[in-house]
Formats: sequence, structure tokens, C-alpha cells
Amino acid sequence: MTDHQHPAELRPKMVGTRVKRTEDPRLLAGMGQYVDDMSPAGTLHVALRRSDQPHARILKIDVGEAFSVPGVVAIYDISDIEGEIKPAIPTSRLPGYYATPNWPLARGKVRYVGEPVVAVVAESRYAAEDALEHINIQYDPLPFAIRQVDAVKDDAPLLHEEAGTNTIIRREFKRGDVDAAFEEAAVIVKGRFRMTRKTAVAMENRSYLAEWDGRKQSLTLHTSSGSPGIIRDVLSSCLDLPGTRLRVVAPDVGGSFGAKGSLYPEEMLVCVLARKLKRPVKFISDRLEDLSATSQAFDELIEAELAVTSNGMLIGLKADVIGDVGAYSIYPWTAALETVQVVSFLPGPYRMEHYRGRIRGVLTPKPPTGPYRGVGRPSSTFAMERLVEMAARELNMDPVEFRRKNLVRAEEFPYRTASGIIWDKSAFQECLEGACEKADYAALVRQRDAARREGRWVGIGLASYAELTGIGSRISVAPGMPINTGTETSKIEIDATGAITASFGISSHGQGLETTLAQVIVDELGCKLEDIQVRHGDSALVPMSSGTYASRSAVLGGGAATLAARVVKGKVLRAAAFLMEQNVDDLDIRDGIIASRQSNLTMTLKEVASAVYTQMGRIPREQREDLTASETYDPYLGTACSSTHLAMVEIDPETYGVEIRRYVVAEDCGKIINPMIVDGQVHGAVAQGIGAALLEEIIHDDNGQAVAASLADYLVPVAGTVPNISIVHIEADLPNNVGGFRGMGEGGTIGAPAAIANAVSDALAHLGVSVETLPITPERIFQLLRDKALAGQPIQTPT
Amino acid sequence: MVEKTITVGVNGMSYTRTVEPRMLLSDFLRQELTLTGTHVGCEHGVCGACTVLLDGRSVRSCLTLAVQVDGSEIETIEGQGEIDRLGRVQEAFRQHHGLQCGFCTPGFIMAVTDLLRHHPLESDEQIREALSGNICRCTGYENIVNAVRELARERGPLT
Ligand code: FES
Ligand code: FES
Repeated sequence: MTDHQHPAELRPKMVGTRVKRTEDPRLLAGMGQYVDDMSPAGTLHVALRRSDQPHARILKIDVGEAFSVPGVVAIYDISDIEGEIKPAIPTSRLPGYYATPNWPLARGKVRYVGEPVVAVVAESRYAAEDALEHINIQYDPLPFAIRQVDAVKDDAPLLHEEAGTNTIIRREFKRGDVDAAFEEAAVIVKGRFRMTRKTAVAMENRSYLAEWDGRKQSLTLHTSSGSPGIIRDVLSSCLDLPGTRLRVVAPDVGGSFGAKGSLYPEEMLVCVLARKLKRPVKFISDRLEDLSATSQAFDELIEAELAVTSNGMLIGLKADVIGDVGAYSIYPWTAALETVQVVSFLPGPYRMEHYRGRIRGVLTPKPPTGPYRGVGRPSSTFAMERLVEMAARELNMDPVEFRRKNLVRAEEFPYRTASGIIWDKSAFQECLEGACEKADYAALVRQRDAARREGRWVGIGLASYAELTGIGSRISVAPGMPINTGTETSKIEIDATGAITASFGISSHGQGLETTLAQVIVDELGCKLEDIQVRHGDSALVPMSSGTYASRSAVLGGGAATLAARVVKGKVLRAAAFLMEQNVDDLDIRDGIIASRQSNLTMTLKEVASAVYTQMGRIPREQREDLTASETYDPYLGTACSSTHLAMVEIDPETYGVEIRRYVVAEDCGKIINPMIVDGQVHGAVAQGIGAALLEEIIHDDNGQAVAASLADYLVPVAGTVPNISIVHIEADLPNNVGGFRGMGEGGTIGAPAAIANAVSDALAHLGVSVETLPITPERIFQLLRDKALAGQPIQTPT
Repeated sequence: MVEKTITVGVNGMSYTRTVEPRMLLSDFLRQELTLTGTHVGCEHGVCGACTVLLDGRSVRSCLTLAVQVDGSEIETIEGQGEIDRLGRVQEAFRQHHGLQCGFCTPGFIMAVTDLLRHHPLESDEQIREALSGNICRCTGYENIVNAVRELARERGPLT
């Protein structure tokens, strides 16, 4: 029996295979093309004078001798360009919300240290920076409230007077009778949780290059964005250019983690300036600018209490959250994205009837917060998972047993959470068991207890969570956002040479989508991997281009690719059936060869393409179809991706340094397209979660100044800080979407902070302290222990 | 500023250019020689993305001035292999999925090239320690460690 006679389902599949990435050779050879690698002739460079004030009125801008610097071409403030661009307005339908207008340069006032005020344009970046030194900005400092607890007060100084308040986000979720549940509860645990402000630190800084084509009167923006399609759409209205005259391209992009997926002032700026000066204009952020002006994340203060019965069943949860959203509502996600998700995801993967969660998002004079890998859920999972372990401890129950009782069970799906999120079927319980089995939980507990007897500070912590991924049009993360996140288009074209181009609206900044989407197409279309070129990251490719965010690209892009490939395959087989004089049902295609079950006849894809396009007369006019398809996929709802993380840590009783001894992740991400890439995403996300748990923190002092100016102050994990990570893949029933994929790019960042916080709390339990603020740095551990000692609690050795 | 003429060997080719004394080696490579494979991630010596070899040893090109390397030999990522014929270190990174966005990768490849020549790399702990001068934000390092472990095993003990 030849291969093509195998029934389709027995054939080796590309999906599920460790395929080496097609994007790697160029990146490894130093031939990647990131924005800063492009230098069209005549490129001008922008350097920005940024605000050194948290809140102030701009009185006067004096450029002094700046123009005497050789190479300086122009110097602009907002008054020079505001007639040529409209602000971006991040709309939302949330009641009481205020959409801050977002301009390329500060207008009238500055609202955070780092906000761009004056742009110098010069022949080189060196010259532009030299000129900055000559510029003097006179400010009238205004009062401000730098902490969210102050900014939320009625009499706090207003950052945006037009809003009439600093509290631009208010949302409450309610189900059941939460007060009654708390009255009945045998145990109530509570905490005041906070994951401090952090930032993404993609290794490539934000980079923009705009080119004006005078002949076509059109603009091309090359951007390090994660969402080039979204940027095209908004700039089209800000600049009043139709999509035919505005193209936004994300070439190779050096990481985003959400933070490069929003519209930035500098992105607007280079476009206006390129059109104004009729020359290519480039802005490349440096690391200090990245730390002070790229969107930041977290920074919610979560006061939460959990009500539990005497046999360990969760019955109620109350939370009051104040989110610090920074100085502007970010486009297009709005300040609601992160904040609202904290309260909507707080009940987690657990069965619980009664809930009241309230969020207030307040403006403060800090860089805007925006999407960061995990969005809202790192904070909500941290708070909830701490409460879960605190409750288990109160009841003297094993935290695994406690979770087992409360995680939604297989027969309960679909389950509607207390905040209204619907979990389709996902392996909540199986992930918990999988992680414990992989780690040999019982043995770990024995090891921990033995270590404690020797006086060592060792602890074990878990975190279970679920996230909603690959969301369709029915669900909108922030209602009324000015974008569509629910559909994705794939256009597949076989050309006259038999080569296949597959175009997408998504973009890639490390996810390897050129490889994984090609794998999906190989299986559906029956072609060879090397015959496919996947194109993405360019607004000109498909009508509705978007980007990669919210763990959606495999689900939506993979779904659209599946649909389009099926249509193209149908066309190929119909053409081949005519050419081979076979019944179409007897034909199949594999590795680019069409074969018949009824004869030994075969044809290559190339021959079919040639017959269709170039050999006129071989297929009659009425039967001839182009070998192309464009399909849009809308999963309508979303699909849950669930996971349990387990960490064992040891704390040095002298330096208070935390070392991770064991780390296990069990996760259900549906059908896996490329296990190598999935594991890589888990490793990377867990490493970032470890950063959030132990190291990374953006601190603003009382004067509104950011303390971290370099990567020597803002610490991210290095190879020595991150342990090996054991990963268990649990493939539960596949989700009910085309392809059976779940999104998984964010998860590690969600579970790791909570698991590590729990492990550290377990290691310090004998000292009577509990981790409620992350990162849990040696200094914070020292403070916790000192506060405890000051309160008169003797420090004991672990038992 | 008095410009200075320098002659530098890069990947076996000799280049003579006149530069400002303050020009960074990273900018010299990227802008003057259009060798854009060397990346800049921090410009203050912490991330290692800009690592190149100067007379055989790794240096941070963002902390080195172009005029300092007058008369020296520089190796950059472009000299390590071709897109269709990757070098051994590059191939190991590909095999082990030691890169995602690829931005930190040239710096890692150059640093590892130096480590393989000079560092014992006997245990995972040593490997992790040795790699700690380079930041990768995507991979979580595990696959990079796997690639380096294999390369070190192939190389054998340092003599
Ligand atoms: S760019 Fe040189 S060390 Fe970061
Ligand atoms: S692969 Fe992206 S920073 Fe290392």
C-alpha cells in the first residue's frame, strides 16, 4: 500500500511535531530586520526632551542655541504639529469612563516624568541629542497625588480637569448574597495584596521609522508594534489618510509581551514629521526612555476576603480594588483592560456562588499602564491563590486537597463564574493532579519537612488558574473599545509556479507563527512546508489586520488558516479531477502531490497551478477557479486555558535571598501545534513571572520621579536566577473551535508570581509572616520580619 | 570634535573610516559598516545584546569606542555563518530552540563562542553563571543552556 492510500487520519501530521522554526536562520545569521536596521537614504533622527516634572503646566519652551548644533533640522513642540494630526481617543462604553485624548507631544501640561514634550529632528541621533541640551522648558509645577490611595480621594488634585475626577474606571461584579455567605462562614481569611508596578522590558526598545512617498502621497510606518493593523486603523483617522495611502509594517520585532501592542506618542510623531518634512523620520527609544515611557503594568491594591466552610468549601469572596492606571488611558485598550480583568478573573477556576468585586481605576502622574502578558490575571491570581493557601492553613488542610475540593470538576463544565466568565471544558483538576504527580508532591513535602528540621527555610507553593484565550466577537474584554479583537483573516494563494503564500493579520514578535501557521496549513492543504511562505505583520496583507495579543494568534490565526486551506484544497482537487479525469472524491493531496485512489495517476501542485493559470484551454472557462481563498474565523466565544504551577523555594536566613529549587507547570492548551514552541513560551513566561515575583519593580518616589534609570536598577532574571522548569501537557477534551487550539502564550506569567508567593509564605510561616506584596525582595522579607519582631513576636526556628 | 581615521578588521575584512572620537563601536558597526546583526538593547553595558569579539575576547560594543579598536580584529555575528549554512553555535541554538524574537541572539552567540574557547562550562551551574552577562527576555534561558551544554560536551574539556 502506498502512502496516499492511508486513510487521512493515520498519516503523519505536521501539527503536533517539533518542527524547527523557519524564521531562525535569518535571525541566527544576523540577517533579521528590525526597525533600527533600516536606514533609507536621507533618514532624519528624532530625540525627545521629556518632562522631568510629574504634573506641571508648560509655561515656556526656549530652544536657546539648539539650532547652532550642526545637523539639526527642526525643533517642534505640540503647537507646531497639532493642526496636522488628531489625538487618539481610547473609547469605552463603561459608564463614568473618561477617554483621555492621546497626543504625540505634551499639550499644555505634562502628566508624568518621561512624557515627551519637545522633538528635535537632526541628521543623526548624536546631533539630535546634542541639541536637546540647549533646550530649556519652564514649568509651573502643579499639585499631584502620586499614590492611588490618595489620587482616588474626592479632593485629590486632578490630572485631567475635563474628566472632573481621577477615578475614570468603576466596575462592580456581583453574584448571590455575599454578606450572608460571610456570616455563615467558619473561616474568613483576608489580605491587602499588591503586585507593584512593573514594565515589560522587551530586549528591542520601541523603534519607529516613517517614510513619506511624495509620488504616491502615502506613508509607510515601520514599527516595533505587536499590533500593526490596529496602529494603521487609528493612524488612518488621526492623520486623515485612507488605508490605501497608509501602510503599517512590523518587520522582525524583538519581543513585546503586550507592551508594544498599544499606540505610542512617538509612533504618531514620526508619521506627522515624515509627512511634514517629506523625509524618512526615525525614532529609536533608549532603555531609559523605555523604563520611563513604555506602558507599565499591575499596580493594583487588592483588599480581598474569602469565606470558607468548616469542611473547606469556598462560599464567598469580596474584593475592593484600586488600580493605578497612570496618566493616560492607553489606546486602544483603555485603562479598563487591566483593571477590570483583575476583578472579573478574581474568582479563578473555583466553584463559588457569592461574589462582590469592585474596581476603581485612578489616574496618577506616572506612565500609562497597558497590556502586559497575563493582563490583570497575574494580580488576581496572586490575591486569590494567597487567600486559598491562607484558608487551607487556617483549616489545617493540605493546600492540594483544598484545591481539589474547590476547582470546577469535569462534569460541571461549562461553568459560569461568579463574575460571569464562562469556562468551557478544560482540565482544571487534571492540571492540579498532573503538577503534583510530576513533582512527586508527597516526596517534596517530606523533603521540605526534613529540611525544616535542620532549621532551613524551605517552602512549597501552588497556583491554579484559568484564563480565557482566543476570544471571539461575542466577548469583548473592555466593552466599546475602538477595535475588533474577535476575528482573524487568512488569505491563501497558490501562484502560477505552485508556490503558496499565506497572509495573515496577526504579527509575530518571537512566537514563531511563520512556522506554526505553516504547520497547520500543511496538514489541511496537503502541501510541503517549504512551499509555504507565511506573511504577517503588515497592514496591507488582509483587509482587517490586527496583531498578536491576548493569546489569540494560534486560536484565531490557526482557525482561519484551517478554513482557508480547506477551501483552497477543494479548488486544487476539483481542478486536478478535471485534468486527471478522475472523480474528485477519489483524489487526495499530500506533500504537494495529488493522487487518485482509483489509478496510479498523480499530478503535482505545480502542474495543477500551471494548468489553471498558464495553460489556457486545459480547463474550460466555466470550471476554472483561481487557487486562492480568503477566510475569516470568528470563534464567537473564547476558550479556557488552565494550569497549575508548583514551586519549591529555599530562603537564605542570612541574606533573605530566595532560591527556586523546583518548578513544575502542568497545563492544558488544547491541541499543540509545535511542542518545542509551546515549551519555549512556558519557559519564557515563567521566567517573567519569576521576575515579577522576586525582582522587577518600577518605583516612583514621593516627588513622582522614577527611581530605575537602567537595567542595573530594574533587575530582570538572568540565566542564574531561573531554574529548569518541568512541563506537563494535559490534553483534555479539545475546545469546540476550528483546529482545537487554546491560547497559551501568557500563562506562565499568571501562575508564577502566585506560586512563588505561596512558596515563600510557606517557608516563612513559622515566623508568622505572609507575603502580600510582590516582588518579595530580600529587603521586603527583612521588613516583614522586622515588623513582626517589633510587634513582639519572637522569631522561632521552623518546625 | 576632531575626527580620527581608523582601520579595523571585521570578520576578516579590513575597513578604514573616519569617525568622531565619541562614536560607539556598536554604532560604528551598525551605521558605518551596515553590519546590523549586532544589536543594542541597553547602551549601558548590562544586557549583552551588543557583544562582539575584540581580538578573540568578548566585549560590549556599546561600552567600547570605535577609536579604541583601531588596528584590532573584530568578530561579529555576520562572520559566524550564512543563512543557508549556519555555524555550529547557531545551529545548536536552532536545534534547541534557544531563540524566540532573536534580538538577544547575536549577543548570546558571540558570548557563547568566547565561552567555548575559554570557559570550562562543566556543569549547568557553571553554564548559567557564565551566561549571566546576557539578558534574554523570551526564552527563560533553559533552551539556551541546553544548547550550550551540548556544545560544551562536543568540545570536551579545555586543554
Ligand atoms: S547594548 Fe551593550 S550591553 Fe546592552
Ligand atoms: S529571544 Fe527575545 S530576547 Fe532573547
